[in-house]
Amino acid sequence: MARLNSPEALEKLRQEITAGRDPDKPCITLCSGTACNANGSEKIAPVFAAEIEKQGLKGEVDLRRTGCHGFCERGPIVVIYPEEICYLQVQPGDAAEIVQSIKEKKLVERLLYKDASGARIAHEPEIPFYKNQQQVVFGFNRKIDPRSIDDYLAVGGYRALAKVLFKMTPEQVLEEVKKANLRGRGGGGFPTGRKWETTRDAPGEPKYVIVNADEGDPGAYMDRSLLEGNPHSVLEGLIIGAYAIGSHQGFIYVRAEYPLAVENVNIAIRQAREYGLLGENILGSGFGFTIDVHRGAGAFVSGESSALMTAIEGKVGEPRPKYVRTAVSGIWDRPSNLNNVETWANVPLIIGRGADWFASIGTKGSKGTKIFSLVGKVNNTGLVEVPMGVTLRRIIFDIGGGIPGGKKFKAVQTGGPSGGMIPEKFLDAPVDFDELTKLDSMMGSGGMIVMDEDTCVVDVARYFIDFLCDESCGKCVPCREGLKHMREILNDIVGGRGKPGDIELMEGLSKIMARASLCALGQTAPNPVMTTIHYFRDEYEAHVNEKRCPALVCKELIAYHIDPARCQACMICGRECPVNAISGGKGIIHVIDQQKCTRCGTCLDVCPARFRAVTKLSGEPVPAAIPERERVLVREKK
Amino acid sequence: MATQLAKVNEIIDKYPARPSVLIQLLLDIQGQFNWISRETIQCVSDRLGVPVSQIYRVASFYKAMSLKPRGKHVVNVCLGTACHVRGANRLMSKMEDTLGIKPGETTEDKKFSLERVNCLGCCALGPVMLVDKDYHGKMTPARVEPILKDYK
Repeated sequence: MARLNSPEALEKLRQEITAGRDPDKPCITLCSGTACNANGSEKIAPVFAAEIEKQGLKGEVDLRRTGCHGFCERGPIVVIYPEEICYLQVQPGDAAEIVQSIKEKKLVERLLYKDASGARIAHEPEIPFYKNQQQVVFGFNRKIDPRSIDDYLAVGGYRALAKVLFKMTPEQVLEEVKKANLRGRGGGGFPTGRKWETTRDAPGEPKYVIVNADEGDPGAYMDRSLLEGNPHSVLEGLIIGAYAIGSHQGFIYVRAEYPLAVENVNIAIRQAREYGLLGENILGSGFGFTIDVHRGAGAFVSGESSALMTAIEGKVGEPRPKYVRTAVSGIWDRPSNLNNVETWANVPLIIGRGADWFASIGTKGSKGTKIFSLVGKVNNTGLVEVPMGVTLRRIIFDIGGGIPGGKKFKAVQTGGPSGGMIPEKFLDAPVDFDELTKLDSMMGSGGMIVMDEDTCVVDVARYFIDFLCDESCGKCVPCREGLKHMREILNDIVGGRGKPGDIELMEGLSKIMARASLCALGQTAPNPVMTTIHYFRDEYEAHVNEKRCPALVCKELIAYHIDPARCQACMICGRECPVNAISGGKGIIHVIDQQKCTRCGTCLDVCPARFRAVTKLSGEPVPAAIPERERVLVREKK
Repeated sequence: MATQLAKVNEIIDKYPARPSVLIQLLLDIQGQFNWISRETIQCVSDRLGVPVSQIYRVASFYKAMSLKPRGKHVVNVCLGTACHVRGANRLMSKMEDTLGIKPGETTEDKKFSLERVNCLGCCALGPVMLVDKDYHGKMTPARVEPILKDYK
């Protein structure tokens, strides 16, 4: 492919690409993100290709594998253009019928979305999950093949880059980003323009720009989906930032756990280089820029800016004290600007559509949209993009479709291990950087883990502390030792060994860790504990004082019991019990031997729903087994 | 061993001989052999001019690297938050019982290694586990045994 040497050449190529594409030609798009691949999308693609050929539609129907659409719960997702007919949970066996339906201009009813009333919805944008979103950054994911730069060009890609290189000075670019008031999407919400300016003005050459794709926050995966599904948008943002900052070398630091993202971004870099959109003299502008991809190796703490930069140097990715910010002294002590994937992906949009457009979306202090990873105990799990300021209720109930199984909402966890748990009473709070901070949580990178009444907040707090204990690099004492002790206390509490004073002890420990830890990991580590104590103190007290787990989760505090009035002596639980703790036989009511029981919960899972004989108890004695002679089940005559 | 070192040298040749490539190199070696041996570390040290102690420090710090031989198949059970609230712990317990090992260990027949991973980024499908390169979503303890049977 010939290098493009001018913005005119880029536009000409774009016209050629779009001219060669008929917008009315049917196109089958198949979501091929990691989640859909996990659901079998990889196996479906070749079946579709074969089916198109078999039904004699080769050349008449296109097939495109796109990035993640967001509705991962219902993947693999197939959307037929131009009508945008959306089929969910498509299996290889459905391909023939779908291809035929295109030929006959019909719908495959059974694969359409079914709403609460049972009505089918055919068009993707009309599905409630999508209808209530505003997909600005994420929207192109479903339209383009991430491995095709031509697809990205066809939707206007790299136009913003041409604009900055030929029509704007670096200062103007900087001003535009500042005016848009873009704030970092990775956690802290620091104003991006100001960060860029610091690096630009810092003494020392060369300067570096970095994409943080070390999305370690468990429960969050928007950066993975963006980098996998639209890598060029991230590259374009990065090159624009480099131009504004005066950098000629960039890095993309990707988690090793994201192999598909690594693969797709490497392909994108190669393609951009071939077109002359990367490398020396980009589009003939005289500006040169190269990008290296650096894989992480599984360390949460390495997502912290100074740690990440140390890792790029090839050393152990541990944080250092930031008396001098990394924007001034980062990789090899040179000025280094770090932003996460989503932040960079916003940049071409701001340049292309203008700061005023961007600033018109969102709230006073938080502009633009935010992608959230809506997961946990919610019906429609997946990625959702909404304007800043939308309420939690709208996200969880209107988009997410509420809590499965008619359960009650309990809390939503935002901000990952540094964030907090927000209880029901704040469901109408608008979601933006400042509002979430006011609720003692934080935006973080956008993980939103919904918890229902069956989730024990003490157990979740312990989960986070356990996670952080594992991930703490151990360099500073407050974090290393503080977490360890916190874990011990929490293990005692969930294990029924909690003592009066434990809660207060954790509060004291939290204060010290927050003030004395070296990096943000340690400083924010107590947050999951602090917010749960703040909002759910009664649950902690129930664990400590009554040895009771109100959510019936903590293994050591619960018991399984078979209700003799409901047991139909079907023997299923007895057969499945891994430790043979259930006695009884055919026609003899089953009883769990509490001594033998390991509380694995298998009996509860397998007891037929029509019997519901197995129950969980906590904080009360298990009823004594009924006498032997009464155990013989007398079935009612039908 | 000679062939292994030849392969290691091949991997090293792909990179410029700079200390900054160390992590990338070790990841490739890990990917190739499923673990990083003492001899390999010595070889990398000689070629890059990085002390053995520093390489050990890097290799022991990161979760993606193993200093012990691992099994033919690596089972990664995700214990991310989304998977956790959907019962990943029970999945892990079942896996431990079935394989008879704890996370970080390898079965005696060297067939399986078990690892816990903090998030695979498939949160919508939780609980998730990854066996070699295959993702298995919406896992239940009951599906563990049938899935493992497919890995010979």
